[in-house]
Amino acid sequence: MRPHPLPVLAALLLAGALAGCGTSGEPWNSPYPPGLAAEKVIFSAFAQRPKHLDPVRSYSSNEYTFIAQIYEPPLQYHYLLRPYRLVPLTAEALPEPRLLDARGRELPPGAPAEAVAWSVYEIRIRPGIRYAPHPAFARGPDGRYLYRGLSERDLEGVHTLADFPERGTRELVAADYVHQIKRLADPRLHSPIRGLMSEHIVGFAAFGRRLETLRREGQEPDLQALPLEGVEVTGRYSYRIRIRGKYPQFRYWLAMPFFAPMPPEAVAFYGQPGMAERNLTLDWYPVGTGPFMLVENNPNRRMVLERNPHFHEERYPAEGMPGDREAGLLADAGRRLPLVDRVIFSLEKESIPYWNKFLQGYYDASGISSDAFDQAVRVGPGGEVSLTEELRAKGVRLATAVAPSTYYMGFNMLDPVVGGLSERARKLRQAISIAVDYEEYIAIFANGRGIAAQGPIPPGIFGHREGRSGMNPYVYDWVEGRPRRKPIEEARRLLAEAGYPGGVDRTTGEPLTLHLDVTATGPDDKARLDWYRKQFRKLGIELVVRNTDYNRFQDKMRTGAAQIFLWGWNADYPDPENFLFLLYGPNGKVRHGGENAANYANPEFDRLFERMKAMEDGPERLALIDRMLAIARRDAPWVWGFHPKAFTLYHAWYRNARPHLMANNTLKYIRVEPEQRLAAQRAWNRPVLWPLGAGAALLLVVLFPAWRVYRRRLRTPFRDAA
Amino acid sequence: MLAYILRRLLYALPILVGVNLLTFVLFFVVNSPDDMARMQLGVKRVTPEAVEAWKRERGYHLPLLYNAEAEGLDRLTETIFFQKSVSLFAFEFGRSDAGSDIGYDIRQRMGPSLAVAVPVFVIGLAVNITFALLVVFFRATYVELWGMVLCVALMSISALFYIIAGQYLVGKVMRLVPISGFGEGLAAWKFVVLPVAVGVVSGIGSGVRWYRTLFLEELGKDYVRTARAKGLGEGAVLARHVLRNALIPILTGSVVLLPLLFMGSLILESFFGIPGLGSYTIDAINAQDFAIVRAMVFLGSVLYLVGLLLTDLSYTLVDPRVRLS
Repeated sequence: MRPHPLPVLAALLLAGALAGCGTSGEPWNSPYPPGLAAEKVIFSAFAQRPKHLDPVRSYSSNEYTFIAQIYEPPLQYHYLLRPYRLVPLTAEALPEPRLLDARGRELPPGAPAEAVAWSVYEIRIRPGIRYAPHPAFARGPDGRYLYRGLSERDLEGVHTLADFPERGTRELVAADYVHQIKRLADPRLHSPIRGLMSEHIVGFAAFGRRLETLRREGQEPDLQALPLEGVEVTGRYSYRIRIRGKYPQFRYWLAMPFFAPMPPEAVAFYGQPGMAERNLTLDWYPVGTGPFMLVENNPNRRMVLERNPHFHEERYPAEGMPGDREAGLLADAGRRLPLVDRVIFSLEKESIPYWNKFLQGYYDASGISSDAFDQAVRVGPGGEVSLTEELRAKGVRLATAVAPSTYYMGFNMLDPVVGGLSERARKLRQAISIAVDYEEYIAIFANGRGIAAQGPIPPGIFGHREGRSGMNPYVYDWVEGRPRRKPIEEARRLLAEAGYPGGVDRTTGEPLTLHLDVTATGPDDKARLDWYRKQFRKLGIELVVRNTDYNRFQDKMRTGAAQIFLWGWNADYPDPENFLFLLYGPNGKVRHGGENAANYANPEFDRLFERMKAMEDGPERLALIDRMLAIARRDAPWVWGFHPKAFTLYHAWYRNARPHLMANNTLKYIRVEPEQRLAAQRAWNRPVLWPLGAGAALLLVVLFPAWRVYRRRLRTPFRDAA
Repeated sequence: MLAYILRRLLYALPILVGVNLLTFVLFFVVNSPDDMARMQLGVKRVTPEAVEAWKRERGYHLPLLYNAEAEGLDRLTETIFFQKSVSLFAFEFGRSDAGSDIGYDIRQRMGPSLAVAVPVFVIGLAVNITFALLVVFFRATYVELWGMVLCVALMSISALFYIIAGQYLVGKVMRLVPISGFGEGLAAWKFVVLPVAVGVVSGIGSGVRWYRTLFLEELGKDYVRTARAKGLGEGAVLARHVLRNALIPILTGSVVLLPLLFMGSLILESFFGIPGLGSYTIDAINAQDFAIVRAMVFLGSVLYLVGLLLTDLSYTLVDPRVRLS
């Protein structure tokens, strides 16, 4: 009998396809096109589509992952030195503010904040820096922009930026920086820092109001032509920013993409009719001077950064911390950046496939999800962490760093039971602070990835103290050279002094019931909330969890209807002011719409904060911070919670990796060894075919008797089996 | 026939308006325009003025359903419901609240969704019908008994398990295809094989049981006895007579699904990194992006109505007794 042609054809096609996989030398299960792994490419992933790529709006880490490689503010953080240090990026030098009094007379650099009326930042940028190629700069032979004054008809068939064949560039000038600051002030662009900068930059709020007025009158304002009082171009390569009073933290803002340059050509290009309808906006296609440019933006699938051919000269740093040379982190010192040609970010929504692809060598670096923690890390009896045998055999390296973040349990200080500065409420909060055992929380829910907080300021930020002097004496005792949580009896004693012996209100005789407001969604949250209930039960307090959706929870926080809540903060910049302002009274959420979610207000703390925020780091500032922390620890508006620890894994071919939790523009320092990667991918991904054969054999064994029955039945047509 | 189609299309209009109204009410019971603004503007340093400005620019400052301050017909038209719904009927989805072009997004995501959903549908249908015919063929033997035990077992396992087990076995242990991802054009085949296989296998349990029931019902009818009496073999009876007569219920269940293939599969696409439409609506609900939610619900309703219409039309093709009037 002749075999049927269809199965034979299918088998041939399959064999051909599989053979096709094998001939390129790439493993069959490689998710990348053939040859790509052999290039100087970083393979990374993203889980969520970035909402905004316009530096005027971007404010979250998943957006900075992209735009920090593309846009260049005047300053950046040194890649290797710790504590975090600012260095010039496009600026020629770090700007030192000139301090002026109310009459405009210059004051010495250390002048007290109350004497300073204005701080003036003169920023000089380096000449010769050029933008990455972009159609907005493309000009014809007559010098006119090619893609200006486009009509709907011209845009037919245009879907992406790649559909504009011509590209151009131009030199970066100071006016581009000033243009961007004006954009920050534009109410229509919704910059998250517009409110904050209105308090600091002279004329910022007035400029925004002027734009609104003009628009109401039907005019579209020209940002370049309209003057902003506190910001001016002083030369082709220099500009000046005038700040109200003394605000030393302003220099950190100059290292964030908010203050990156924005060429007016790009705004004019994207502002043409029909562009926005085609997703041709600054939120989709950035224009910068950085080491990379976004050449593919398909947030449903992948985003690709490619080396900017016009990138200015920047070299890998030659100075590092002790041990950096031995760790190979200075091997590329003095080499021109960036060290790779492309970065490919693939959409990977789920952690399990991400982790498995990392193990197969298809992603160069990975965090560690809770599911994969035991596969990756062993925690020793003393809390020391090491990699598992499997990962060590693959040459994977582990880097850990405490994040400049804090997660805490807050008390609403406006609440009649847990809030207020009375001795009763204070002791109640202190008792709860002892009872909620965050060391246990970190061990159970964070796989040990975190350190219990002694106050709001995380390690690595000025004002954080190690050892006994940094301990919170209201929650811990210093025992055998380390802080140890006070015994629960101490908490019960405080609770009794507060008027709730055994968790019963002495005046009413009713058991004390408190409310925790949360937005819990997943099944993991149940265990977490049970744990919180258990902590309060140690004191005899009944904790009622009020679980609501995100919107209602935010409402409760804004109106002050929450009693106890869980909250967190990621630093904008490495300065204690960025944490202590979370406890500053005039920053209270309910009364002032600020970030002080606990609505804590202690006049002494506020007075010290106002002095501390304008000071330079030094012993005097440290002493003030110590006093502020002492006040806050005693008042206990938060149970101080913990500072999370980031664990990152790198493959052996991924070089120069060092966690930097403030800077985002770090991809330019990374080097990869493509041959090593390809060899590892081949070795780790040899196809295993025997299960296919075994499965087929099993199927035959099972089907053979069935086949016999089938043949028999075909021969006995009239038998009704039923 | 044409009159019938036109009438059905006209019936669809009030249904679509109703679905739109229901989506609108449900969405705004949970989310207020303020919440949406806050979600879009981020959680850090958002001022009440920024929230107000955001709403004004996108038209969310208007009343939801009835504008008491307006005059005449404007009371109904100067509302969020009217302003945001009318353009849908012209299939103009506009821009999402985050700023992207919804029509473009849908077009981009439709292809990958279809690349998985169509093979899962076609192969799944063929496999399920074939297995069901075999089970019926072997009725009252150990093949049927164990086949049904296997089907119940397959039905009882969660779809998530098939995905993770498939990725583990085929992607990680055997290393035959990528664990997740997607490629351009024909290069996408190796990314699609595993999700299609998982999609087909996860549907076998319920599919085979359903078609088996249909075929068994047909087997008891007179025409089968007649066919057997004429001397036809059991295979020929099943393939030529039973299968053909069971087509009406098969079509009822299948054709209505055809247009919905565009909508993709949420879990499958999410785990395999397929850039399809499956997760588009869920992502939009999480991001409180009403523009996308209403567009997708509208599209889903339209496709479902088209599916029902196609089902009715297909009856006339397979059963000459059915006439549409």
